[in-house]
Amino acid sequence: MSTAGQTGPTATVPPAPGPPAADGPSARRPLVLRLLARPEVGVFLGAAAVFVFFLIAAPSLRSGGSMATVLYQSSTIGLMALPVALLMIGGEFDLSAGVAVVSSALTASMLSYQLTVNVWAGVVVALVLSLAIGAFNGWMMVRTGLPSFLVTLGTFLILQGVNLAVTKLVTDNVATDDISDMDGFGQARRVFASSFDLGGVQVKITVVWWLVFAALATWVLLRTRYGNWVFAVGGDQESARAVGVPVTFTKITLFMTVGFGAWFVGMHELFSFNTVQSGEGVGQELIYIAASVIGGCLLTGGQGSAIGPVFGAFMFGMVNQGIVYAGWNPDWFKAFLGVMLLGATLVNLWVRRTATRR
Amino acid sequence: MDRMFRTRSRRLAPLVALTAASLLLAAGCSSGSGGKKAEESGAGGTVGKADTPPMTVALVTHQAPGDTFWDIVRKGAEAAAAKDNIRLVYAHNPNAGDQANLVQNAIDQKVDGIAITLAKPDAMKDVVGKATSAGIPVVGLNSGLSDWKKLGLMEFFGQDETVAGEALGKRLNAEGAKKAVCVVQEQGNIGLTQRCDGVRKTFGGTTENLYVNGTDMPSVKSTITAKLKQDPAIDYVVALGAPYALTSVQAVSDAGSKAKIATFDLNKDLTGAISKGTIQFAVDQQPYLQGYLAIDSLWLYKNNGNYSGGGEQPVLTGPAFVDKGNVDTVARFAAKGTR
Repeated sequence: MSTAGQTGPTATVPPAPGPPAADGPSARRPLVLRLLARPEVGVFLGAAAVFVFFLIAAPSLRSGGSMATVLYQSSTIGLMALPVALLMIGGEFDLSAGVAVVSSALTASMLSYQLTVNVWAGVVVALVLSLAIGAFNGWMMVRTGLPSFLVTLGTFLILQGVNLAVTKLVTDNVATDDISDMDGFGQARRVFASSFDLGGVQVKITVVWWLVFAALATWVLLRTRYGNWVFAVGGDQESARAVGVPVTFTKITLFMTVGFGAWFVGMHELFSFNTVQSGEGVGQELIYIAASVIGGCLLTGGQGSAIGPVFGAFMFGMVNQGIVYAGWNPDWFKAFLGVMLLGATLVNLWVRRTATRR
Repeated sequence: MDRMFRTRSRRLAPLVALTAASLLLAAGCSSGSGGKKAEESGAGGTVGKADTPPMTVALVTHQAPGDTFWDIVRKGAEAAAAKDNIRLVYAHNPNAGDQANLVQNAIDQKVDGIAITLAKPDAMKDVVGKATSAGIPVVGLNSGLSDWKKLGLMEFFGQDETVAGEALGKRLNAEGAKKAVCVVQEQGNIGLTQRCDGVRKTFGGTTENLYVNGTDMPSVKSTITAKLKQDPAIDYVVALGAPYALTSVQAVSDAGSKAKIATFDLNKDLTGAISKGTIQFAVDQQPYLQGYLAIDSLWLYKNNGNYSGGGEQPVLTGPAFVDKGNVDTVARFAAKGTR
């Protein structure tokens, strides 16, 4: 066991002054209130409200095909919001998550193309690289005791520059070459970017992966020792260390989980669009973080769930596409998006406050 | 235990990564089709080099990082610089204030000429004044057609975005389109808005704008899909950039729509889509030409006192249509990333 004080005094923000409805007193309160006090229930109601609102406002949304589009948009956000949420429960966050997606896609594409190898080789190398980026973020943070904000901001800028410069060096263009005629592409596309027929509706495979990963993350968080470690390091790092939680291991692996997510979404983008532009991805990290926060993960760590961000991402996807389905004046698009998200978050907050009041 | 894991994993991780990568490569999993091997090695257009005294020229644009369009502009500028014995200083920043600073930087370097874009003319006014009073000739390219003369630029190379939009609108009429949607990938960009306005001006049917998040392709795709489902009457998708047109192809098929696709600007994948017929046509403003002419014109001015357009008229580099009829000649150059 390592000695305390190795990571410096305040690597993370100290935990919130005790979650309002912890185990003890809530057990005696009515079931409804206990349910409402769970962070994911608030966001579920928020998402449901947004959903019903758009069902009324946008007639063309009321079809299976339209729902598949909304779910697709939600899944590409949600696949990254999941690991980002886990990391936030563990008390850290990652600003490099948006460009890391593009780094992974660029690596896979350029490696397979330049060496003319089966695209799976590129896919595997991209996975190794993505995990390495995550490990670097975690290791750097733990080693130096710098806040994760600063470390990942550095990685964000590095990746942004490297994405561009390396792509330009290797391909002489700022986008990668089309790899859709190469060996293994069809297979990889089936895994990462296909769609299947469900009662006459074309559903994208990312939706399935998204829900599978959400179930897996929920199980890990609630049923495994590792899940306990995540909550512990996010709640109070020093106490966690004192009772024997491997803080360093937990934090580094959480960053690597974000790396895995970036790889997965990166592969989806590559195999669904054949080429990648090196300047993409900037700004996406904030959307992932927002989906997690809306989904009930505290910015200070120690609290949250894996199912909350699923609804958070759904809310993003719903608002994003709902405005289009409703046929509203697009000049107001971003403003609508902001108002709806803020409104939904406030509803979420209000529900939780009401439910946890004694 | 936690420290033990760390030291072990630190030694192991790179090893595992390296073995995995080399195993894969060694396993001979090389691709039988496509890839670098299939890329034709078209020789670049290298010509002779001017024996005029070396000069330094700065090209300062409002390019956002990693945009295929600006990469082509830059290649044109580099080709002209190489031919004219010019040292080219290229700098870019989408933020207008930062772009102005970059121009100031060029003035400080005492360059022999400056080529700039005027995406936000007001922000560039002062610094252009400083350059001209320092005796440095300034030319404009790409954006700023309505402002280059006011700001005292010597000449301008670009496309009138409204004229280009109007040309596309007329073409839509000829194709028999009834309802078009104009996909804007960057909300608030004047040039993009002018294109859509131009289309609206000449197009006989109705047209409306759709804003998408240009830095997130899956989102672009699902937003276009949503729009096509919301309004099945749309029979033409007008994209304002090549990558967005290519994504529209998928959105159209996802939505089960019969809409056709037209676009502004080219890249090498787009020429392929035009010859396959998945995209109908593109309006090309010839970015390579803009970069090339801007740099070459500064050389001409220094060595022979010429200026194109006589300081009165801009030199238009577009709109040039690329469709199935002429795509083959264009595709050769697009493959090299210069068209």
